[in-house]
Amino acid sequence: MLHRLRQPWVASLAIFVGFICIWAWLTTTPSGPVNAADAEYARLAGQSAAGQQASAIPSPRAVALRGYELIAHALDDDNPNNLGIAWHLVYSMGRVALGFTLALAVAVPLGFILGLWPACYQALDPFIQVLRPVSPLAWMPLALYTFRDSTISTIFIIFICAVWPMLISTATGTASVRAEWLNVSRVFGVPRLEHVTRVVFPASVPMILSGMRISIGIAWFVIVAAEMVGAQSGIGYFIWNEWNNLQIASMIVAIVLVGGIGLALDVILKRIGEGLSFRE
Amino acid sequence: MADLNINDVSMSFVDRSGKALLALDRISLAIEHSEFVCLIGHSGCGKSTLLNIVAGLLRPTSGAIRCAGAVVTGPGPERAMVFQSHALLPWMTCVENVHLAVKQAFRGAPRSELMDRAEQALKLVHLEHAIGKYPFEISGGMKQRVGIARAFAVQPKVLLLDEPFGALDALTRSSLQDELVRIVETTKTTVVMVTHDIDEAIFLSDRIVALSNGPAARIGRIWKVETPRPRDRLKLTSDFEVIKYRKEILEFLYKKAPFPQLAS
Ligand SMILES: Nc1ncnc2c1ncn2[C@@H]1O[C@H](COP(=O)(O)OP(=O)(O)O)[C@@H](O)[C@H]1O
Ligand SMILES: [Mg+2]
Repeated sequence: MLHRLRQPWVASLAIFVGFICIWAWLTTTPSGPVNAADAEYARLAGQSAAGQQASAIPSPRAVALRGYELIAHALDDDNPNNLGIAWHLVYSMGRVALGFTLALAVAVPLGFILGLWPACYQALDPFIQVLRPVSPLAWMPLALYTFRDSTISTIFIIFICAVWPMLISTATGTASVRAEWLNVSRVFGVPRLEHVTRVVFPASVPMILSGMRISIGIAWFVIVAAEMVGAQSGIGYFIWNEWNNLQIASMIVAIVLVGGIGLALDVILKRIGEGLSFRE
Repeated sequence: MADLNINDVSMSFVDRSGKALLALDRISLAIEHSEFVCLIGHSGCGKSTLLNIVAGLLRPTSGAIRCAGAVVTGPGPERAMVFQSHALLPWMTCVENVHLAVKQAFRGAPRSELMDRAEQALKLVHLEHAIGKYPFEISGGMKQRVGIARAFAVQPKVLLLDEPFGALDALTRSSLQDELVRIVETTKTTVVMVTHDIDEAIFLSDRIVALSNGPAARIGRIWKVETPRPRDRLKLTSDFEVIKYRKEILEFLYKKAPFPQLAS
């Protein structure tokens, strides 16, 4: 029995239960007279009944109920101003999928060229170094101005943030194929094209896939912020909209969903990576 | 005429600080057809460098290599190599690894013939059961067998081996040595092999070439191993001649070309 307790998931569960308990306790115990700052805040936020609530943060129970409601109406699409949360997630994932696919289509061939011809890499490196650290959101106004369409702009933002990790890891993977494998090609006279397709490419697959995994994580990270700024749908827009309605419970539900989907995307790419990479 | 001529070969490397380091200093050696030559010497003296120059992977700073009369300017199908780290491509099965080499050596031959050659080469090293397996599914000794099969499959004039058995345990190493001797004798291949194992060198070689300690390594001494073939591993251990070779080689390595730290 005792050794069971040492399993990591038991500890995780205990931490989770403890967290919920403290949360519940903090949000349900009346905190006495509302202090001045809270009252001020409640007035600003337009909430007249602040005094009735123990806290502005909803209790776990309220969040769970709200979660149930949101999921029960997840697929609603009769009112475009009140879209179900599933549709918002579908919009976000669709934008990520498009931006990511475009980035993949650019980054892998380009990374391959950079890896095979060091002179190209050296020529493009200053641009990569300058553009890569720019926050993807910095492109948003320029994108909105240029494309005059919020969806295209968000997809562009995803493209921009997803392209760098894949580009750099593809180039690195292609350029750092083990010397012994290069020597095999040379000693046995494998022609250039076959060398690239059957030696260099398979050798760099693990690096390409790990770049893809980093990129999808960043893309999912950025989509929420991008949609808050420049979209009328998607999970980022949903969170911002619920904030404007002071539906804090909805925001918390959305945050948990964003985390869950991010985790799922990472696990899927990790699995794909394990499936496609060679074993030694 | 000799199969392989190493003619006054010097090699210097330029290190990171831009200083030139002379690794090999005017090495000359003629290797006869179907002769088995072992290169021996301390670690870092330049054995791999010399072998890579013969393979055409490195260009010597001066001097030249001739293989069957023609000057070597790069790798060629008449010289095959077995690498120390087996160097199998892990995303290809054993037979695909061999096939990749065979395909280049017999360009234009029908696919069925190429496949057949690849499979025959694996059978030659008793690996018919591993044909469709990936390198990660087989043992280190078997991987090295695939490496040997790949090299013989292209029917080279000269076979180059760089410490091919260095990473294997003693029993596996002996069985691979036996395998190598058997195939070399039937194919009459000329062999240059780098090893740091004196017994291995004596068991396999017609001639043992010891390089002096680097930098600026030269040929220190050459032994002609007259022990008749087929050689019996067990009898060899008590053979008077062999004991003499071993003593001389040991003396050469530890007295004439000692480690730098031992010399001081
Ligand atoms: N590419 C290289 N660049 C610079 N120095 C090298 C290079 N390759 C080998 N050397 C140097 O040449 C010497 C001989 O190396 P090597 O041929 O690998 O020795 P061995 O195979 O006998 O152990 C070593 O001192 C090594 O540091
Ligand atoms: Mg070496």
